[in-house]
Amino acid sequence: MAQMTMIQAITDAMRTELKNDENVLVFGEDVGQNGGVFRATEGLQDEFGEERVFDTPLAESGIGGLSIGLALQGYRPVPEIQFFGFVYEVMDSINGQMARMRYRSGGTHTSPITIRSPFGGGVHTPELHADSLEGLIAQQPGIKVVIPSTPYDAKGLLISSIRDNDPVLFLEHMKLYRSFRGEVPEEEYTIDLSKADVKREGKDVTLIAYGAMVHASLKAAEEMEKDGINAEVIDLRTVSPIDIDTIVESVKKTNRVVVVQEAQRQAGVAANVVAEIQERAILHLEAPVLRVTAPDTVYSFSAAEEVWLPNHKDIIEKVNQVLNF
Amino acid sequence: MKHVLESVESQFEMFQILNENGEIINKDDMPDLSDEDLKELMRRMVYTRILDQRSIALNRQGRLGFYAPTAGQEASQLGSQFALEKEDFILPGYRDVPQLIWHGLPLYQAFLFSRGHFHGNQMPEGVNALSPQIIIGAQYVQTAGVALGMKKRGKKSVAVTYTGDGGTSQGDFYEGINFAGAYKAPALFFVQNNYFAISVPVEKQTNAKTLAQKAVAAGIEGVQVDGMDVLAVYAATKHARERAINGEGPMLIETLTYRYGPHTMAGDDPTRYRTEDLDNEWEKKDPLVRFRTFLESKDLWSEEEENKVIEQAKDDIKKQSRKPMSIRNKRLPTLSEICLKNFQ
Ligand SMILES: Cc1ncc(C[n+]2csc(CCOP(=O)(O)OP(=O)(O)O)c2C)c(N)n1
Repeated sequence: MAQMTMIQAITDAMRTELKNDENVLVFGEDVGQNGGVFRATEGLQDEFGEERVFDTPLAESGIGGLSIGLALQGYRPVPEIQFFGFVYEVMDSINGQMARMRYRSGGTHTSPITIRSPFGGGVHTPELHADSLEGLIAQQPGIKVVIPSTPYDAKGLLISSIRDNDPVLFLEHMKLYRSFRGEVPEEEYTIDLSKADVKREGKDVTLIAYGAMVHASLKAAEEMEKDGINAEVIDLRTVSPIDIDTIVESVKKTNRVVVVQEAQRQAGVAANVVAEIQERAILHLEAPVLRVTAPDTVYSFSAAEEVWLPNHKDIIEKVNQVLNF
Repeated sequence: MKHVLESVESQFEMFQILNENGEIINKDDMPDLSDEDLKELMRRMVYTRILDQRSIALNRQGRLGFYAPTAGQEASQLGSQFALEKEDFILPGYRDVPQLIWHGLPLYQAFLFSRGHFHGNQMPEGVNALSPQIIIGAQYVQTAGVALGMKKRGKKSVAVTYTGDGGTSQGDFYEGINFAGAYKAPALFFVQNNYFAISVPVEKQTNAKTLAQKAVAAGIEGVQVDGMDVLAVYAATKHARERAINGEGPMLIETLTYRYGPHTMAGDDPTRYRTEDLDNEWEKKDPLVRFRTFLESKDLWSEEEENKVIEQAKDDIKKQSRKPMSIRNKRLPTLSEICLKNFQ
């Protein structure tokens, strides 16, 4: 097995699918010659040619519409939105059009599109680059939202996303791109898009997270282990729809839950997880389900983002609250 | 059926006053600028070139954050701003910090903007501008609104915005010029065509030969200007401003220019998409070199004068770039204040 960073695993997944299926097309702003601003598509244009991997004009709405049109011609587009903060420019194409295509055409057309996009805080970007906006898309039925936290997951989930016959939003946390390496098989493999993953087993409390917050949760769990607190960490991986069965199973074991997200508090994925838990497992709870989130404000100016973003200390604090309830 | 594309396109010619050798080739359009004004334009370009060099160095030392280099674009940026009045409202893009500075934004605040500090975005009283827009195209539609507002209020001022060649592909670009045209609003829309949108060359951006011709579809005037010629940019802006204030509607001004540096300081490598030959070709058109030659031929400029500006710039930058460091620490606790403000 190879050791890869998350970005290498992502490139590898695209290369795999470009090879496997001649209908796969990769495009977006700067993805061709330049290999993407993060080099996620590095080398792909050289390998597969400009017919398959190409630059688009600078317009997210154009990229979204182009994807829908190409899908109608039998292609399997893998467009990139350069930073997910620019999603507002392409909201209609995503939520208004591709997510509704199967429904509005009575099943006669689909949108097998995988939108890849970097997001996430802690890397000192200008405005509207780092925001966690997955909740906007998670609210829309007809499109899945996938957020990997490890190189291994990134490759398998991206291959599954590209093969999925409905649209998938695949969000890549910028802080995880190159911060560590992990084992990634060179051969192709898929990961079920409907399954969460238990990243760490434990019996005292369940931490539910996704993206970079999986690592904050794992770090919190390790620190708490020193104090004899044994935390389980669930990585949602697919945040819409969520895998409630895996969550409920864990709740039955630990009876205490903290849900962690980097996004602001209101109306997000964490709120949905909390609601599902209380509907299905309230009698297994020994304490209220608490959330660790960013505050309900506009995303912080980057000079203050470290103060603003949730971290492992915030998680430990909430765990102590649910344990001492 | 008549096809008009070719004939329409061929009518867009580059407007130039000062050629690459620093000679006036178009006397009729020579703007009415005093010797002192001409020198001031040069001072600003030299100062801004130094500011760019120092900003890049400060960024590399980790003392500045987000920074989009400006060298090469001085004539385009400063020639246009020089034709504005204080009451004109600027809606800039991320590369347009120099225009803001010459419109009144204190230097230390420009550094704070780069460092991602909120005070960098707070325009001082009387500085009519927004902080640089990050979402490409958003400033264009807003400009139509500012301009219409000015018209409704009977003001004798204009709204001015900037984007790049890449920005002309956005829906917002078309909506902005079309709205302003529909309302005959006093707006000046600049496209600084530096031939690359990060790595994407303008030929891949559009099939249009010029970007100025996009004005035609919106029913407004458009002009292509030599963006390395500060006199041409100034004259075109002055003209557009006067028309707009006289109620003749908005104008689209494409300036042909080049950025010498990387797209931003966040890891862009221009050697991946530009050749050295192309860089050299453009450096021959340098806006400072040709204007210096022109001023020297009129005995208006000397090495001594230039060195004075350079020293002044370095001194200002040294002092003003220290300020953000102390402010950052002092101001951080007030984050909760901004957070609360968001709710009000
Ligand atoms: C809506 C939106 N899409 C994409 C980007 C990312 N981006 C920043 S600058 C840039 C290229 C812009 O090129 P151009 O308009 O030619 O201006 P230049 O940078 O050359 O001045 C891109 C794609 C953005 N900031 N906003």
